[in-house]
Amino acid sequence: MLSLSSQAWINLAYLAASMLFIMAFKLMTSPRTAVRGNYLGATGMAIAIIAACFEKPVLESMTANGTWPLILLGIAAVIGAAIGTTMAVKYPMTGMPQMVALLNGFGGAASTLVAGAELFNMTVAASSADKVLAAHAATNLVPWTQFAIATALTGLIGAVTFWGSLVAFAKLEELPAFKKAWTHPSRHMINLGLAITTVVLIWAVCSYPDQTLLYWLLVIVGSCLGCTLTMPIGGADMPVVICLLNSYSGLAAAAAGFVIDNSLLVIAGSLVGASGLILTAIMCKAMNRSLVGVLFGGLGTCASTTTDDSIYAGKIKSVSAEEVAMVLEGASRVVIVPGYGMAVAQAQHAVRELASALEKRGTTVEYAIHPVAGRMPGHMNVLLAEADIPYEKLREMDDINPTFPETDVAIVIGANDVVNPAARIDPKCPIAGMPILDVDKARTVIVIKRSLSPGFAGIPNPLFAADNTLMYFADGKKAILDITASLEKG
Amino acid sequence: MPHLLLPYLLADAAGPEDPASRFIRLLTVFLLAMWVGFEVIMKVPQRLHTPLTSGSNAISGITVVGAIVVAGALSSSFGTLLGLLAVVLAMINVAGGFMVTHRMLAMFSPKKK
Repeated sequence: MLSLSSQAWINLAYLAASMLFIMAFKLMTSPRTAVRGNYLGATGMAIAIIAACFEKPVLESMTANGTWPLILLGIAAVIGAAIGTTMAVKYPMTGMPQMVALLNGFGGAASTLVAGAELFNMTVAASSADKVLAAHAATNLVPWTQFAIATALTGLIGAVTFWGSLVAFAKLEELPAFKKAWTHPSRHMINLGLAITTVVLIWAVCSYPDQTLLYWLLVIVGSCLGCTLTMPIGGADMPVVICLLNSYSGLAAAAAGFVIDNSLLVIAGSLVGASGLILTAIMCKAMNRSLVGVLFGGLGTCASTTTDDSIYAGKIKSVSAEEVAMVLEGASRVVIVPGYGMAVAQAQHAVRELASALEKRGTTVEYAIHPVAGRMPGHMNVLLAEADIPYEKLREMDDINPTFPETDVAIVIGANDVVNPAARIDPKCPIAGMPILDVDKARTVIVIKRSLSPGFAGIPNPLFAADNTLMYFADGKKAILDITASLEKG
Repeated sequence: MPHLLLPYLLADAAGPEDPASRFIRLLTVFLLAMWVGFEVIMKVPQRLHTPLTSGSNAISGITVVGAIVVAGALSSSFGTLLGLLAVVLAMINVAGGFMVTHRMLAMFSPKKK
């Protein structure tokens, strides 16, 4: 009869947790099973946490210190859980991109601290009286072994993740100091300088692992790098950055797993790392920009000499709510195209009511969701879902583009660059080649905007001047409410 | 049946794992997990990308396991302090992450009307 050592039981629990995590991701592939997927993920995490309390270092410290370790751990865990839950529950759903960014940063910071603590403990153990312990610690502190390298990398990645996430949070929260992209040309020199310093410090930590000060210097430089890499990135590129930071926090966890020899950290960290990388790639493809371009490029301006006036002059047809309602009355198929502006105006509930009013008259209403609309992948989906709009009506770009020629009315609310035909026509534009929603092919286009100010790309939008386009200049929410009122009146 | 136990006895006789083997073992796990991750996550549809980002964010709080082991060992005051701080931060990540994902997904569940 096989009797398992306690370490074997722990590893078994870790294995179960790993399987649950993989299953959680798998269940995320369908809306029907996604909720269960989240429960499985949480269960896996719970199993892992409980199992970790039985690990040898903890048990040994309990024989030496009584229940003290468990009490300290319990207090820390409860504080963390309380803060996390409160943040998640209290923060409005519309602030969810920045919430995810912030939470992500904390995970990165934790990885850096874990590696730092382990490094310190290792140096303390190396001079301990216990010969076996000292010898084991000494093998880890040999320069350029995997312990030193993994520690250096964990410290760096975790620091970059934490500070990058804080900056991302500030930008999404639209805090005044961070709203504008920091495009000072000196930033490339600064980044280069920091990068070189980072490489030097990594070399230093790997060569002198027992000098823990070097580790913390690396963390500080990494922190600066996290800030300087994220500061130049403007609002509409944030979806890419969020995904990238998400991936970093996973990789930091995996690296920490190399440091403390824990395969669960490696597995879970890799799953998260892979997830983030895939989403980053999808975002970049959707914008037809390379990752390097997003991170370091900033935006060029159109080389062509079109000014706003030459595109818009005399061709903008401004309408009122009643006129929009008249157009909608005869429509049998309407497609609504939401953008970041809808999130800002908080118009999703008003949109829902407009859609209901239209559907009551027998009109088909669908929603066209561009992959990078909003500030986070799937941002529009979440907003519309919050307004109780059935997810079957939300159509992906490649799905819905062929249907625009048969669409009577396309209502663009708060979206700009994702419907800008210049991407198709002008090869020198910042958004050249970016796949867009072909709203200009609909019979009538109604654009709801506060003014003719450009979107994130900073270029004029020929859609606004097109013959079949009507502009309704108003706040998104008020505009939709007024249209709905007119529609129901007449 | 002693001959079946031979590999285990030999392994014990070889002594504790050397760093290179440990690295290769963890590297194996890393690469396999990345591959599984790519294969599974490639199939998540666009509309679920936000819960995916949020859910994977929650799972990246797995660092809490490492923090528990490092802090619980009580090896040194500084190390324990850092470890406990890491536990707090990682738990914020874990609890907040799963809660946010839950709230998001609650909005996606098939509605009454």
